[in-house]
Amino acid sequence: MLRPRVIPCLLVQNGGLVKTVKFQNPKYLGDPINAVKIFNEKEVDEIMVLDIDATKEVRGPNFDLINKLAIECRMPFCYGGGVTTLEEVKKIINLGAEKVAISSAAIKDISFLEVIGKCVGKQSVVVVLDIKKSHSFFRGTSYKVCINNGKVECDLDLIEYISQLNRIGIGELVINSIDNDGVMEGYDFELVDIVRRVTDFPLTILGGAGSINDLKKLVERYGIVGAAAGSFFVFKGKFKAVLLSYPSKDVIRLITGSIIKR
Amino acid sequence: MLAIINYGSGNVRAIKNIYDQLNIENCIVEKPSVFPKETTKIILPGVGAFDETMKSLNNSGFRSLLDEKVLFDKIPILGICVGMQILAEGSEEGELEGLCWNKGLVKKFDVTKLDFVPKVPHLGWNSISATRESELLNGIDYGHGFYFIHSYYYCCKNLSDILTTTFYGDSFASAINQGNIFGTQFHPEKSHANGIQLLKNFYNLKSC
Repeated sequence: MLRPRVIPCLLVQNGGLVKTVKFQNPKYLGDPINAVKIFNEKEVDEIMVLDIDATKEVRGPNFDLINKLAIECRMPFCYGGGVTTLEEVKKIINLGAEKVAISSAAIKDISFLEVIGKCVGKQSVVVVLDIKKSHSFFRGTSYKVCINNGKVECDLDLIEYISQLNRIGIGELVINSIDNDGVMEGYDFELVDIVRRVTDFPLTILGGAGSINDLKKLVERYGIVGAAAGSFFVFKGKFKAVLLSYPSKDVIRLITGSIIKR
Repeated sequence: MLAIINYGSGNVRAIKNIYDQLNIENCIVEKPSVFPKETTKIILPGVGAFDETMKSLNNSGFRSLLDEKVLFDKIPILGICVGMQILAEGSEEGELEGLCWNKGLVKKFDVTKLDFVPKVPHLGWNSISATRESELLNGIDYGHGFYFIHSYYYCCKNLSDILTTTFYGDSFASAINQGNIFGTQFHPEKSHANGIQLLKNFYNLKSC
């Protein structure tokens, strides 16, 4: 039986591991390679590493770091950040990542996804959408896709964009809520509902998880889903002491139990 | 000596890293001329599209060496993910011929049989069931299973070549074995304890 995935998402800035709140105020946590070693020991389902400054600073991916991470990872590894060319995608896959996450480049030119899918296989192509909630008196609540680490709001209809993705075919769609990032008060189900209705892709949800219960609620609602989190796996206690953790196998079973009974 | 074939496809270093940690003598072979004579096991990784993978292998110069080592010297070989798929005769994903070392075809998942979303790719951790005994499966926790990431599955012509099955809408061959030829659709190099155990078992295989 296929199980939902519970995924630590690590943010990297200047080669160091950081964690943000609402995409702001990155707090330095330590060495990402060391973090991967710890998550190896904890036998995590998968790991995602996002370089949050690569696009904003208009530089390519940090291949040296990706290389070191890929060698360490005994679990599936997805890298994202600053990837804009087919050559970069090929290089990342050849360094040993299973998946490459594309964000800005996929929004600027969706056909880029087709090109890389043909070469490395669609299953390795992950699209990350950073999404900001917007309220307006006339239109009510709507969701905006952002790029450049949340700095630039795109003129893009979320549902229309996802239907284009459906036509092209990708391996996985990561929905990252900017408003819930680092807040640790639960996922934005309203947002996930909208996305789940319009696509059959594997979904991974990021932004907001602060407890085992948050992960469990996500799985209960959406079944086979990737439950990703940053803060929840790197902080401990209300003063947010840095401590990398991951639920034990028994707790993972508790989280995924609701689906296994189906 | 275990030789990991690097023809430009697949995660050779993650595999090497595990064998290094197990203190098993291994090497990444970059070109046919340096293939170690004392090789007793071969690993054939592979990720990506079927045709791209076959193209890389055909252009790498490894093809005739591997045919000799696998078909005549009968050295045990383990194909991983697309490295398993190319053991077949062909794939619905592409037009190129596979290695034809095993009678089989690679087909696309029939998503109409899946009663849930997501549909394709088959992505994540799934359990396996053994259809027969094999030293390759010693000490494996079948229920915990392995990590999968693929949209096409292996279809054996001889059902007796199926070693394990996995359920995704339908049962498919998640590992195959015919004589000295082994393949896993899942990624042992990314499957923690189970994967490490399987890679160790492969190195320790005595009878094929």
